[in-house]
Amino acid sequence: MRMFNGKTERSLQFLFRLSAAALSCAVSPIVSAQIDSAETLLSPNLGTIVEQQEIEALDLIASAESPLPVGSGSAFQGREIYANQCAACHGADGKGGAANQPLVGGNIQSADRPLRTVGSFWPHATTLFDFVRRAMPANAPKSLSDTEVYQVVAYVLYMNGLIDQYKIIDADSLAGIKMPNSDGFIDMSAQ
Amino acid sequence: MTIDKLETAEESVAGNGLLSRRLLLGLGISGTAAALSPNLLAAEASRFNIPSWSKQPGPGPSAYGQPSPFVADIQRDPGRANPLYPGGGASRTPLHALRGTLTPNGLHFERHHAGVPAIDPAEHKLIINGLVDRALAFSYDDLLRYPMVSRIQFLECSGNSGALFGATPPQGTAQSINGLVSCAEWTGIPLSVLLNEAGIDPTARWLSCVGADAASMGRSIPLDKALDDVLVALFQNGEPLRPEQGFPLRLFVPGWEGNVSVKWLTQLKLAREPSQFRDETSKYTDTLADRKSLQFSFPMGVKSIITSPSGKMQLQPGLYQIEGLAWSGAGRIAKVEVSADGGASWAPAHIDAQSGDKSLARFRVPWRYSGAPAQLISRATDSEGKLQPTRDALLAEVGSLAFYHFNAQQCWAVDNKGEVSNAYV
Repeated sequence: MRMFNGKTERSLQFLFRLSAAALSCAVSPIVSAQIDSAETLLSPNLGTIVEQQEIEALDLIASAESPLPVGSGSAFQGREIYANQCAACHGADGKGGAANQPLVGGNIQSADRPLRTVGSFWPHATTLFDFVRRAMPANAPKSLSDTEVYQVVAYVLYMNGLIDQYKIIDADSLAGIKMPNSDGFIDMSAQ
Repeated sequence: MTIDKLETAEESVAGNGLLSRRLLLGLGISGTAAALSPNLLAAEASRFNIPSWSKQPGPGPSAYGQPSPFVADIQRDPGRANPLYPGGGASRTPLHALRGTLTPNGLHFERHHAGVPAIDPAEHKLIINGLVDRALAFSYDDLLRYPMVSRIQFLECSGNSGALFGATPPQGTAQSINGLVSCAEWTGIPLSVLLNEAGIDPTARWLSCVGADAASMGRSIPLDKALDDVLVALFQNGEPLRPEQGFPLRLFVPGWEGNVSVKWLTQLKLAREPSQFRDETSKYTDTLADRKSLQFSFPMGVKSIITSPSGKMQLQPGLYQIEGLAWSGAGRIAKVEVSADGGASWAPAHIDAQSGDKSLARFRVPWRYSGAPAQLISRATDSEGKLQPTRDALLAEVGSLAFYHFNAQQCWAVDNKGEVSNAYV
């Protein structure tokens, strides 16, 4: 469905009239308002049609609707990757480390200012896969394989006590994990 | 006109030295200039020699103009690099040193999550996929042939002024406390044109937007907003986007928290639900006192800040213009009021012509600093009738755990030595 099919000639005439008006006199506020109208937004339709498999490498979104890739891993397998790729900033125990970016611990209900970590705060486990794959480690984003991402995601969930170290994390099992604070958010866009 | 006559022309309109804005409109002469006596002029005659730059030709035209070296200190404040957060961080606009309402491109605030990518536009692609009739890819050259519109609108990071949630007032300048807001003329393609070309599946409700930086910054916005007034912006104040503002293209989402105006835009994916990215769950959410957290709280609330006098400035007794900026994610600024006595009394400020919907407005009101302590506060009302809250009212609403979307009234205290500092009232 193209919005402007069949309307090309009329729209172009309108544009020419507009140009002539702009040349012959100073642009009045009324003409300025017309410049934003749909009539002048004639699309040249230059987009190239692509198939999903062509753009798969660029489409990094992993969510309930955007499928996670094939692969799997356990915390047991992820321990070494975490130690090599993550611990320097997040700490060997995931409690903050040099970058003070804790992944583990905290309690959103604590009387003091609650620590917001993956375990205490993140509402969706798929977000962990999505974020690690697109943005981590900070000094070399996108350097981990999908399998390594699954493994390190499993390790972070394991450190939070959400799974045991031999649980196999894949697209299905990750989506099935209910995070402790999953009911803790109010969607303000729906208010 | 003598200084005595000037003073009798002053009309007090609110406590502690606030004067009628008619003074500032009707009199083009400052108290200082009027006070210069003929004797003083004679004594300083040597100031009026022909200066050296009037006696020799200067350099010729240049390829790209730069600010005068005499104002080279008007800069953003990028801070020190953090090796554990490569490319991350923010720099703030020097609001206290600028006038008007448009931010020069080199001084527009920055917030990056993995640095500024060095994008070759010939290699850059914008992909639209998901719930569409046909997935499409656009090159930069393709997009340059599309119809574009221009809008002068503000951009504010939702973390701007966030330090003011803290228990003790942070000390700094208008730049360091409030400088994550800027305003520019953004020129780009209405997003609706590109989405309609792909053909929108009727079940689509959200749009996931992804950048090509090393963080692949992702944010989801409701499709209604995307089709309403969102641009794929390619130009800022008339020139191609600067790299730190998203070159070759960025999303520009008017009136909403800056982070959703995804820079280096490379993918738009239509879906039924938001993608629940890290930066719309773990970050850019505010936890309330009852431990529920606000998510997708997009619009930036009505807000004003005084840019002069402001933090770290030093005043002498005399006439000043209290100046500042006001804006609202809901539309235009209808009114700005200023108090010099901590909110006990208010004077209407003069609003310079506001460029339009969701642009910065500049306000000013004349004020005579007597040398006695003063507490300067501004408060704006937007075209929806919404009044900028006091800090106490905002804290009562969102609690002290919040960090984003601070839009409360801010106070600059002037002490009896003329020193200006940030204060809570």
